[in-house]
Amino acid sequence: MKTTGTFAEAGADLEFVDISKRFPGFTAIESLNLTIPAGSFFALLGPSGCGKTTTLRLVAGLEEPSAGRILIGGKDVTNTKSFQRPVNTVFQSYALFPHMTILENVAFGLRRRKIDDPLGKAHEALRLVELDHLAARRPAQLSGGQQQRVALARAIVNRPALLLLDEPLGALDLKLRRQMQLELKSIQTEIGLTFLHVTHDQEEAMTMADIVAVMNKGEIEQMGAPEQLYELPRTAFVANFLGQSNLFTGQVTDSTADFITVDIAGRGIVVPRTRAQRHAGEVTIGVRPEKLMLHTDAPAAGAGINILGPGRVTDVSFSGVSTSYIVHIPGLGAVTVFAQNMVFGPVVNEGAEVWVSWTVDHGFGLEDEPTPGSRFPADASTNAIAIQRRAALETELEGA
Amino acid sequence: MAFAAFASSDAAVTKPPRRKSTIALVLLLPGILYMVLFFLTPLISLVITSFQAELPGGDIGEYVPALQWQNYVDSASEYLPHILRAFGYALVATVFALIVSYPIAYYIGVKARRWPLLQSMMLTLVIAPFFISFLLRTLAWKQILSDESPVVQALKAVAILPADGHLTGTPFAVIFGLTYNFIPFMTLPLYTTLERLDTRFLEAGSDLYANPATTFLKVTVPLSMPGIISGTLLTFIPAAGDYINASRDFLGSSKTAMLGNAIEANFLTLQNYPVAAALSIILMAVILILVGVYVRRSGTEDLL
Amino acid sequence: MTAPPLETSNPSPERAAAPRPRRRFAGLGLPIYVTLALVFLLIPIAYTFVFSFNDSAKSNIAWRGFTFDKWLTVCNEPGLCEAFGNSILVGVVATALATALGTAIAIALVRYRFRFRSSISLLLFLPMATPEVVLGAGLAAQFLALGTQKGIVTVILAHTMFCISFVVVTVKARVASLDPALEEAGRDLYGSPAQVFWRITFPLLLPGILAAALLSFALSFDDFIITNFNSGAVDTFPKFIYIAAARGIPAEANVVASAVFIIAILIVVVSQVSRSARQKRLAKLG
Repeated sequence: MKTTGTFAEAGADLEFVDISKRFPGFTAIESLNLTIPAGSFFALLGPSGCGKTTTLRLVAGLEEPSAGRILIGGKDVTNTKSFQRPVNTVFQSYALFPHMTILENVAFGLRRRKIDDPLGKAHEALRLVELDHLAARRPAQLSGGQQQRVALARAIVNRPALLLLDEPLGALDLKLRRQMQLELKSIQTEIGLTFLHVTHDQEEAMTMADIVAVMNKGEIEQMGAPEQLYELPRTAFVANFLGQSNLFTGQVTDSTADFITVDIAGRGIVVPRTRAQRHAGEVTIGVRPEKLMLHTDAPAAGAGINILGPGRVTDVSFSGVSTSYIVHIPGLGAVTVFAQNMVFGPVVNEGAEVWVSWTVDHGFGLEDEPTPGSRFPADASTNAIAIQRRAALETELEGA
Repeated sequence: MAFAAFASSDAAVTKPPRRKSTIALVLLLPGILYMVLFFLTPLISLVITSFQAELPGGDIGEYVPALQWQNYVDSASEYLPHILRAFGYALVATVFALIVSYPIAYYIGVKARRWPLLQSMMLTLVIAPFFISFLLRTLAWKQILSDESPVVQALKAVAILPADGHLTGTPFAVIFGLTYNFIPFMTLPLYTTLERLDTRFLEAGSDLYANPATTFLKVTVPLSMPGIISGTLLTFIPAAGDYINASRDFLGSSKTAMLGNAIEANFLTLQNYPVAAALSIILMAVILILVGVYVRRSGTEDLL
Repeated sequence: MTAPPLETSNPSPERAAAPRPRRRFAGLGLPIYVTLALVFLLIPIAYTFVFSFNDSAKSNIAWRGFTFDKWLTVCNEPGLCEAFGNSILVGVVATALATALGTAIAIALVRYRFRFRSSISLLLFLPMATPEVVLGAGLAAQFLALGTQKGIVTVILAHTMFCISFVVVTVKARVASLDPALEEAGRDLYGSPAQVFWRITFPLLLPGILAAALLSFALSFDDFIITNFNSGAVDTFPKFIYIAAARGIPAEANVVASAVFIIAILIVVVSQVSRSARQKRLAKLG
């Protein structure tokens, strides 16, 4: 343990090497390899039970990995205790000490590390989150948003190499959450620490993070910049966890240097070769609902346009900025379309006969092994997806 | 409140505890060792004592280790009236205490919620008897119920009590004293469960066409079952073993002596340790059996 | 959802009118009953208090006139103040021992998993389900078998034993309600295990520990049955009363009991008032 404390000079890389964590009865994480670059705002996104909180607790030292190593700034910290790691956490419940004032809460870590002028530095951190005027209060006297900011100040005042955020905005209402997201992001830019943020809120992850890793069943499904993940999801899980997707399965009928053509309900649907993970056999392709156009007359077929239809509108629901239509296309099932509300009222009504079209560049092809059925259900269970992923990996291994 | 002891359950413990057990051992060992030395081994020595035989040609109070089952037969037959009185009086006192306490607990826990200060003041009054010696309280009743007291005079005047009647020294006085002394033990656990009772259940009951009496019997009482169980146990167990109320210096007479009186007399006065020990084991065994059956019947095993 | 809900929300005139007088009566019945019951509970206390001012001679049965003398010369009654002092000594030592041992057990029971967990819980629960006379006789039988001289030490040993169970139950509830994230936050903020315990865990458990200590002291102070079996020639305050009951209680005993009662009630009322004041202040700030 450090006797005289020093602040971390800058954010540090975080590296997971073959980390596994098994609890009695289940495996939370299976050989996870992950590198989080210094100074980045990294979000771990996934449904509850996907292992993201366990990952965070492993970094904080609150859990010990069953196997593998954890490196912070190149140094192996696998066997160091929680209080010896240059890491601080903003807890989901904030975990402010109820028997101490706000100021003493913030100064707690500084005092433990015997850093000079703990109260002065605590005041400084409270000024950063604009709560210095409440320094003498107790946590119970603060609102949820204020408590969240105190928890943040209490962590960043220690200048950790790595700041861990465990769904810190989950308890706040929507408006406050948006405001805190922006504040967190600007504080991170200002002090330049490495932030590791765990959340199940895809919008939060996309707004704040430089890099998002989508986690499922203890594994990372896909990792990248938010736009990249959204534009080019590689698996059905990512395609549906990060926003919504229409997914179709069919046989590849033609494959050129630039495009592949897939037979979907009798029509040749074209996907750019670079946007598709698999180029032969049966494949699953997808397109985002907001990229689709609705037509009441059959649109003219042309290069660069994919068309499906005709189908019948089975549901219209208005949600302010857009209207969502469910179109039932024979032999294909339900297709979701989001249309901007450019005119007053819905463009088409329930029961109308429509066609949908999209620009070829908006389609994407998944790496999942397609199900025996025609397409993925929109709410494919994570379990089903995981089984398919394993099957896909097995065939890949056999092929190699 | 320790009176919620019987109502506290391990279900409240959420996270599965898992960590190194050396610290656990250090924390547990002194206290557990203490309980083994001063609770468990005394029970064992009680069992051993209960089988002892008189030392041939020995003095009063001198016994030798033996396996004399006869001690149980002898003491049970000699003190059968005491055994029956102990459980009979305790049972009646428990029922009375429940009847008296339930409305008090209901009022403080449910009706008085709107006035927290009144609620805490009334609760203080309920536990106030704890702050004055148990023995003095009982003696006060002895004086209040004595033959010369205005209470007895008045009862005789309206002919509820015959001219030569007494209150003290009768089973009535003993049961009265037991009931009085254990009302706080009954009220507190009842209060603890009723205070947490969601009144929306009562509103739902009346919304679903139940009249107040039906709502009370079908909703309130079942929901307060944990409190009823802990209250009745906290009353019945000590009442069955009590010997103050039934003592002739307090509210009883030789005709009201309970099992506790027999144990005390045999142990401390007659120095007939094997009989006292056998009676203690009988008391403990009967209580454990009754409590076991009661708890199983009411389907609240998790309370223990 | 058509007719039935309408009916309840819009009662017919006869249903609305009929229960009125009855309900008003029932509405008063419960408060009246509760008031009478509380008065009933207080009767012996009032009696004890009043008779502490009785100008009694040998026994304190008949009212012989008002006097303050017994309050001023309370220790003139032979053995009374000595017995009272013994009760305080036993209470303090037994409380300290039981609180320390019981708190450690409570923390271990909630926070750790180990073998024989349920047997240990049973061992701690059983004394509360055992009549005092059995506990007292058992200890006395053990002391007899070991040839231990009964005295104040044996009383303290006995009281510590039955207090431990109550401490465990009281503190356990507090430990269980403690958010483990608070201790994790302490570790995360560079607190060593000892620092986390003394700066976070212990202060947060303190209200529960204090409540357990007060309860232990009260139980020990008022215990008679177990004491009677294990005190030998030593008197505690309840034992003094028990012995005196045979020949008549001196008014000085009422003085001691009344004084203890007043102090205990004052402690409770002051803590309640200060707590409600603190809650009001919190509510205002919030």
